[in-house]
Amino acid sequence: MSDAGRKINEDLLRPLLQTSWRFYLLVALLGSVVVAGLVAWLWQMWNGFGVAGLNNPVYWAFYITNFVFWIGISHAGTLISAILRLVNAGWRRPVTRCAEVITAFALMIGAMFPIIHLGRPWLAFWLIPYPSNRQIWPNFRSPLVWDFFAISTYLTGSVLFLVLPMIPDFALVRDRTTGTRSRIYGLLALGWRGTPKQWHRLESAMQIMAIAIIPVAVSVHTIVSFDFSMAPVPMWHSTIFGPYFVAGAIFSGIAGLIIAMAALRKFLHLEDYLHPVHFQNLGKLLLMMSLLWAYFVFAERLTVWYGNGSAEVQVLRATQKGSFAPLYWTMVVCNFVVPFTILSLRRLRTITGCVIASFGVCIGMWLERFLIVVPSLSHKYLPYAWGTYRPRPVEIIITVATFAAMTLLYVLFSKFVPIISIWELKVGEHTTHVVEPLEMHEHALGDAHP
Amino acid sequence: MAVDLDTCTGCGACVTACHAENNIPIVGPAEAARGRAMHWLRVERYFEGEFPDVRVKFRPVMCQHCDAAPCEPVCPTYASHHTEEGLNAQVYNRCIGTRYCANACPYNVRFFDFFNPQWPKPLHLQLNPDVSVREVGVMEKCTFCVQRINAGEIAAKAEKRELKDGDIQTACAQACAARAIVFGDLNDPESEVSRLSRSPRAGRLLEDLGTLPKVAYLERQTQV
Repeated sequence: MSDAGRKINEDLLRPLLQTSWRFYLLVALLGSVVVAGLVAWLWQMWNGFGVAGLNNPVYWAFYITNFVFWIGISHAGTLISAILRLVNAGWRRPVTRCAEVITAFALMIGAMFPIIHLGRPWLAFWLIPYPSNRQIWPNFRSPLVWDFFAISTYLTGSVLFLVLPMIPDFALVRDRTTGTRSRIYGLLALGWRGTPKQWHRLESAMQIMAIAIIPVAVSVHTIVSFDFSMAPVPMWHSTIFGPYFVAGAIFSGIAGLIIAMAALRKFLHLEDYLHPVHFQNLGKLLLMMSLLWAYFVFAERLTVWYGNGSAEVQVLRATQKGSFAPLYWTMVVCNFVVPFTILSLRRLRTITGCVIASFGVCIGMWLERFLIVVPSLSHKYLPYAWGTYRPRPVEIIITVATFAAMTLLYVLFSKFVPIISIWELKVGEHTTHVVEPLEMHEHALGDAHP
Repeated sequence: MAVDLDTCTGCGACVTACHAENNIPIVGPAEAARGRAMHWLRVERYFEGEFPDVRVKFRPVMCQHCDAAPCEPVCPTYASHHTEEGLNAQVYNRCIGTRYCANACPYNVRFFDFFNPQWPKPLHLQLNPDVSVREVGVMEKCTFCVQRINAGEIAAKAEKRELKDGDIQTACAQACAARAIVFGDLNDPESEVSRLSRSPRAGRLLEDLGTLPKVAYLERQTQV
């Protein structure tokens, strides 16, 4: 084994083999916030949904905002990693796994919200088309049923996409540990021996998954947008929502990825693997998505303004200069002004700059979803039935708990699995010429990032 | 159903009758202030002009039982569906509380049970045994007093006769002192409700949304 290979093993397996007291403290802190969220949810079920701030007519608010937000964050990983794999971008190698993990966990968290927000969550399984003795099926015309199919497909696909390239790394951990740990990783490694045949199969499976997952990812957020655009609600019923949501999802997803990568780099000391060039490249991608997002918002709002529909204009006015205006303009600053300024100037496009822009985008995109859901519902057609919305503690606690849950899952994952794909970094040392084009080999550690 | 806005005085008797007939929970002032008031039928008040030259318009709004109801396709469990008679029905036991139907409804006439229902004494003694009480977490709305429709049909069948116009009245129509609300069979061209629906004064609420509502509003024409 080369020196570079030894160094990779040492650096990337260190978090798995050594644990400091800080890790336990962090897990305890995050865990207690997650438990607080669970208690809040149980409390809401026990006392009735009325403990939340929802009302008539604002029947959807924080929970649906969180749902769309987390499903959006999930678009970072798999989609970006699949595209980067397909175009053979060499710089992807240290990025792919930490991106794919975001997808799997953000999807799990996002998929919980349609259940949390149900009036009778214990009956959520009625969305599943199972053969029942009453012979009642779900209503396949309902976008919520499409959601169920889209999200379960995406979750299955992205977990496969995440787990496939983990197999050789599990085998590596199996070989470098002893006792129970070795046995557990041995089970996870599925009998990986590293034969050329196994490598070939792995590479083919990865290629297939990378191609298959892209349309799935696009369809998922389109269907999430259909939850809104299929209902005749002012400013929901819009043809632009599909691509608008997909763009917004990728936008917030990249921001989430940049934040996660910066945290990993700092706390796991991965400075040798996650280079400024990675952040710069992702920063450029974020800049492009910021422009695309601004374009979509501009196109959507200008059309509504000119269309001058009596109900739509009320929603537009409420967001542009009415009671929702402070949130709206915060969103514009966070999603456009800040990232555009920071990321378009090379001098500011540093790791810190990218992280600041990403935090802005995460806040802005959360607000964007809130501003799609709430102002429309509070300004429907009959002014007599207008209303407004204020969150109450249970919704805020559950929202905060999901951010803690995401961090907790991420921390635990990076404790049990090498967060950077070891074999992909070392790929130059494997005999995989059949599938891997030669030009990729120059990106082995030390060459790619002088 | 037809509602004559000329004769409606906005007294609210229909709202009270609806509450009594359909076991609608009374949420109390604190919850009502949060926007959780439940009135399957509400009287919308609109004011025109500046004081003292003010005109008030009343419009009782209940479920419009649309023929192309936006609430029906979005429900994932068929809790909101169309009956063969053309009613827009809500199956409480099948509802899981996504509240999607309420969002899709342009008339805001669908209500969510935020808590288990309660009635201040002595109202708890007057629950209607023909109407199920809804538990926390489901949507409910105007049924056109489906329990009265069913009872009327059963009675007519028992007496081996056809239903005739006026046999069945909803609670709101029965309570309306000004006879502004008229209920009947729209499939019968001779019924009073059909006649009123054909009136040149008849219009439908938010008709241009294409929901094909079954409630005809006879617009005001007199200067009061």
